[in-house]
Amino acid sequence: MRVNFTVNGRQQEADDVWEGESLLYVLRERMGLPGSKNACEQGECGSCTVRLDGVPVCACLVAAGQVEGREVVTVEGLADFAKQRSCGTGGCGTSLQDSQHWDAKGTDSQTGEGTELSPIQQAFIDAGAVQCGFCTPGLLVAADEMLERNPNPSDADIREALSGNLCRCTGYEKIMDAVRLAAARQSEAV
Amino acid sequence: MASPSGTPTKITQGSPTKGVIGESTLRPDGTLKVTGEFAYSSDMWHEDMLWGQILRSTVAHAEIVSIDTSQALAMPGVYAVLTYDDLPTDVKNYGLEIQDTPVLAHGKVRHHGEPVALVAADHPETARRAAAKINVDYRELPVITDEASATAPDALLVHENRDDHHAGHVPHPNIVHRQPIVRGDVAAARERADVIVEGEYTFGMQDQAFLGPESGLAVPEEDGGVHLYIATQWLHSDLRQIAPVLGLPEDKVRMTLSGVGGAFGGREDLSMQIHACLLALRTGKPVKIVYNRFESFFGHVHRHPAKLHYEHGATKDGKLTHMKCRIVLDGGAYASASPAVVGNASSLSVGPYVVEDVDIEAIALYTNNPPCGAMRGFGAVQACFAYEAQMDKLAAKLGMDPVEFRRLNAMEQGTLLPTGQPVDSPAPVAELLRRVKAMPMPPERQWESSEGADVRQLPGGLSNTTHGEGVVRGVGYAVGIKNVGFSEGFDDYSTAKVRVEVVAGEPVATVHTAMAEVGQGGVTVHAQIARTELGVTQVTIHPADTQVGSAGSTSASRQTYVTGGAVKNSCELVREKVLEIGRRKFGSYHPAWATAELLLEGGKVVTDGGEVLSDLADVLEGETVEVEAEWRHRPTEPFDLRTGQGNGHVQYSFAAHRAVVEVDTELGLVKVIELACAQDVGKALNPLSVLGQIQGGTTQGLGVAVMEEIVVDPKTAKVRNPSFTDYLIPTILDTPTIPVDVLELADEHAPYGLRGIGEAPTLSSTPAVLAAIRNATGLELNRTPVRPEHLTGTQLS
Repeated sequence: MRVNFTVNGRQQEADDVWEGESLLYVLRERMGLPGSKNACEQGECGSCTVRLDGVPVCACLVAAGQVEGREVVTVEGLADFAKQRSCGTGGCGTSLQDSQHWDAKGTDSQTGEGTELSPIQQAFIDAGAVQCGFCTPGLLVAADEMLERNPNPSDADIREALSGNLCRCTGYEKIMDAVRLAAARQSEAV
Repeated sequence: MASPSGTPTKITQGSPTKGVIGESTLRPDGTLKVTGEFAYSSDMWHEDMLWGQILRSTVAHAEIVSIDTSQALAMPGVYAVLTYDDLPTDVKNYGLEIQDTPVLAHGKVRHHGEPVALVAADHPETARRAAAKINVDYRELPVITDEASATAPDALLVHENRDDHHAGHVPHPNIVHRQPIVRGDVAAARERADVIVEGEYTFGMQDQAFLGPESGLAVPEEDGGVHLYIATQWLHSDLRQIAPVLGLPEDKVRMTLSGVGGAFGGREDLSMQIHACLLALRTGKPVKIVYNRFESFFGHVHRHPAKLHYEHGATKDGKLTHMKCRIVLDGGAYASASPAVVGNASSLSVGPYVVEDVDIEAIALYTNNPPCGAMRGFGAVQACFAYEAQMDKLAAKLGMDPVEFRRLNAMEQGTLLPTGQPVDSPAPVAELLRRVKAMPMPPERQWESSEGADVRQLPGGLSNTTHGEGVVRGVGYAVGIKNVGFSEGFDDYSTAKVRVEVVAGEPVATVHTAMAEVGQGGVTVHAQIARTELGVTQVTIHPADTQVGSAGSTSASRQTYVTGGAVKNSCELVREKVLEIGRRKFGSYHPAWATAELLLEGGKVVTDGGEVLSDLADVLEGETVEVEAEWRHRPTEPFDLRTGQGNGHVQYSFAAHRAVVEVDTELGLVKVIELACAQDVGKALNPLSVLGQIQGGTTQGLGVAVMEEIVVDPKTAKVRNPSFTDYLIPTILDTPTIPVDVLELADEHAPYGLRGIGEAPTLSSTPAVLAAIRNATGLELNRTPVRPEHLTGTQLS
């Protein structure tokens, strides 16, 4: 089958998609967007978390055919998505209509030097929340979505929102720090 | 062929500060990792690449009667199907120490999930379906699953005709290795004991559960060789095992470290490395293999499950008199790291305590259970669980405070291990216990809020199983000792190549090692060491590959010590050469070039008095200084096979934990409220990374205390729970706050006084949680992990 959908603001088309193919496979193997990770492929670890029409989902559990005509945001588009949000509607949340007006820029830098980051991405680096980094893309998408809904989360709120994302390296303490830091920076900026 | 997409590149990192050791500089790969640009081994991609798939045995112990690959080969899109008969040379086995592991099964399978055949196809699903069409006829054999079945008079041998170097001294061919340690006179010491406690402890099989699945890409090269992009813990160890099976000289097997999604010991052994290379060389095309999570549970070794029998005695004033123990580790079907695990378990079985009279035996079995090998803290983890339970039992029997009892018996610098080796660096065991006990306690009933109970803070969480009724709190303590580095006479060296040159008018240092960065932050520390020693700001980290000498393994808490030591050493050699050039160029301008102690600081050559002699860039103008050198820590020696005596270890790492838990006694649910840790790190080269290691290690210890266990059916030796649905690891809801008190007592033998830190927190975390649950419930709890049925008494036999 052919599937048409939008990824990080760009219209995409995938041909010869087989029935069992997941959105994660399409992103990683067809679109050249391997940022969404393949740690369990059964919806337990959250490493492949993406936004589907704004809602965080495990891309491994979404059949490719289900994304026909819909909007997907991956970690690769997170910085632009966040930028668009902050200078777009002026408030929290991004409407589908708004999100269709932006277009994520590809980063071709090998080192990431000079890359513009979203607040949550910067906070993960600054707080030491990244070790092996395999859980990081999914956590960033999930944490960014939570901060969009809840700019001043309590610790219990953060834990609840991120409970679908496994991390094996950090013991989560620095991830908590990173989300607190991003929330604090966000509230300072307002 | 062209480089595949995802090939790692150099990363250059500057620093707004000096960026030297002791600072919490940020990861050079941080930006790549938060943008999704960092390429892990499963992200590698090559035009025209094929996908490899492994067919694994569905039974644990069987003769292979026949393998029929014809249907698989006939499928469109299938390029190759390989079995044992297709292996190209006489070398058909591999292994870390004992080469007992078949690349593909030959005539027999010895555990559930053993590789039997390989498929390469143009689509991963085609490869999977083709593998499913390979018809293997098994004739099942009885399974060996424990010590009794392994050493029964009529027991089948897991490996017949053993000729490895342990075969001669083990009491039975189904025992991989046995290490006794005897010291002093246990019988006489036992007479002095006023109290004696005995315990039989069980430690479950833990999985490393790194998130990045085993994966890699093998690219055939024009010279008949192969280039493997791989996630591993030790490139050169892999190379040594891969090349002979392929029939290639080592220089025709090029290896580049791809992004590694965690390791924790699970990548010490080979997984899909040889398989991918075989398929690539057979088809002439790049071949990528990526395990899914189900396969990952079969694709790497696990932590040894163990049965531990301990006896301790103490006088009524609280001094330990003696210790006897017997530790039986289940190594599963292949040896992997079992001999070293036996060495650690036996030599560290006393824990960080003074006990002069000991009688110790540790063995590892060959069984048909899943192979077990390296996982964070191996050998020492299992022992710590048992000896710390014993300490609590002794304290209770003597009516003493458990922390005071431990402090009374705590080892210190100069204490002899049971192997007769003195601990010759700070051993602040009593101080760590004092510190962790002194940390403020979390408030009682922290789940109460103005709107009633916040169920998220209670056992059972959002399942809403209690609002506080039936919930009791407990507090427990534990402390442990872990050896750092490879022990028992292993030549544990590392290599670093360091270059310094002027780029765009600025001095830049390049550090090239084969160290596997698995998340621990070795690359961060290497840049800090180069800045410290060479006074530069810009440091380029070269990708790790086999174009430079071995860096040893990223395990045994050794990388910062040994490869960090190698980077420091090579930097010092580079600095000497730079100063020679400076003397040659500018020596006549200032007498201090000849007379003063010279340093490189802030991009300048300065005297130890702080006088600037030259810009480093001016010295290096037109010059490139490069040094590649090996560096080793102090040598160790093997343990005597009868007495266990010998200076087997290099360094030790100590951590103590205090666990606070709340238990819903009606449902047997545990909520860990806080897991505080105090650890001596010698010198924190990067304090932020140190905390990350301690908190991460603590959490893995928490996992095996209350949830993590690979369940193997004792009747069939088949794995029952190979998924994250059924094998649970702690989520952010299961993990408490982990306050850490870091002590820095320098070890004068180590670079910068540092101490390997990664493993020690995994040791004491588990017994601290168990002690807290015992404290809350009054139950004996001699096994880990603790399950609800153990707490409610509803366990089925």
